[in-house]
Amino acid sequence: MRRLLPYPLLTASLIVMWLLLNSFSLGHLILGTIIALVASLSMAALQPDKPRIRKWHKIPVLIGRVLVDIYHSNVAVAGLVLSGGRRERRPGFVVIPLTLRDRTGLAVLACIVTATPGTAWVEYHADNGRLLIHVLDLVDRDAWIETIQTRYEQLLREIFE
Amino acid sequence: MSGLHDLPAWAALAIAFLLLLGSGLTLLGTIGLVRFKTFYERVHAPTLGTTGGAGAILIASMLCFSVLQSRPVLHELLITVFVTVTTPVTLMLLARAAIYRDRTEKADSVDTLVGDRGVNDGEHSARR
Amino acid sequence: MSTTILLWSLLASQLMLAAAMACAAYRILVGPRAQDRVLGVDAIYVCGMLLILTFGIRNGSMIYFEAALVIALLGFVSTAALAKFLMRGEVIE
Repeated sequence: MRRLLPYPLLTASLIVMWLLLNSFSLGHLILGTIIALVASLSMAALQPDKPRIRKWHKIPVLIGRVLVDIYHSNVAVAGLVLSGGRRERRPGFVVIPLTLRDRTGLAVLACIVTATPGTAWVEYHADNGRLLIHVLDLVDRDAWIETIQTRYEQLLREIFE
Repeated sequence: MSGLHDLPAWAALAIAFLLLLGSGLTLLGTIGLVRFKTFYERVHAPTLGTTGGAGAILIASMLCFSVLQSRPVLHELLITVFVTVTTPVTLMLLARAAIYRDRTEKADSVDTLVGDRGVNDGEHSARR
Repeated sequence: MSTTILLWSLLASQLMLAAAMACAAYRILVGPRAQDRVLGVDAIYVCGMLLILTFGIRNGSMIYFEAALVIALLGFVSTAALAKFLMRGEVIE
């Protein structure tokens, strides 16, 4: 089983993708399963370490938080663009010390930080665990450090470590 | 203009609202792209189009085809997933390219902004 | 009635997306630096993809979806390659 399915998540998402692209039928299900199996077996030849997810039930919490934050920051950034030069904007860089070390967790954090408008991931140094992000409207430096650490880092550590 | 007349009123109104919302957000993002002064501010602008804008228009498209064909048509989810996964990658690559170019040309435009709590204190004093 | 509203809002959103593409094109032409132009290219790809999706809704045809998927793929690959070039091209100079 383990040799046939080295990456169950990848295989499942490939099958779902195949069924979404073509309409659902038994033939497409079988064809998609074969293709997904071959693709995940060839993936196993490329990358030996695989992400381990420890707490599945926390993932919906994470997705919910990300959607809420994307909504809020969309409104905030749209307001910033509309207000234009009338209000003083203070863009700036923030250095955030991270304790999260899992590579998949860091990749997910990078996607979240960059996908929310208003914050952008700039640089991460693996040796001292410091992350540099750019914030469009930097009001309170410590509040941003607090937000990233408690809202996301903790949750990602619970999921991946 | 074939199928649009078959849409019930609630679906047509919802699709119209989502379309206007999505394209409005995308337009605001690109206006920000024109208005903002520095590159690091401009990096934030397109994400408005790729999260809110693309999300709203893709939901509108899904709703339209699901109602028209009276079965769930979800393949727009693929574009949603693809866009949300790839935009951060390109923007991160661009930000890193920009920071690299700034460091090699103007030596410390970023590092003076970061201040004394730099990411790699010991390292780039040596690089200068 | 509701179809008329939908058709007008389709037109309005297509005009807004075209204006968004014009803004991104302004950033490509004006610059000032290469990374700003690449950012403009990325934005113009996203707007073009959304514009194609609105055309798909207007014509009620799902063929447009495939075109949008291809544009999204091309946009990602080209921007990533350009960003990579900006980092490596500098080393050679």
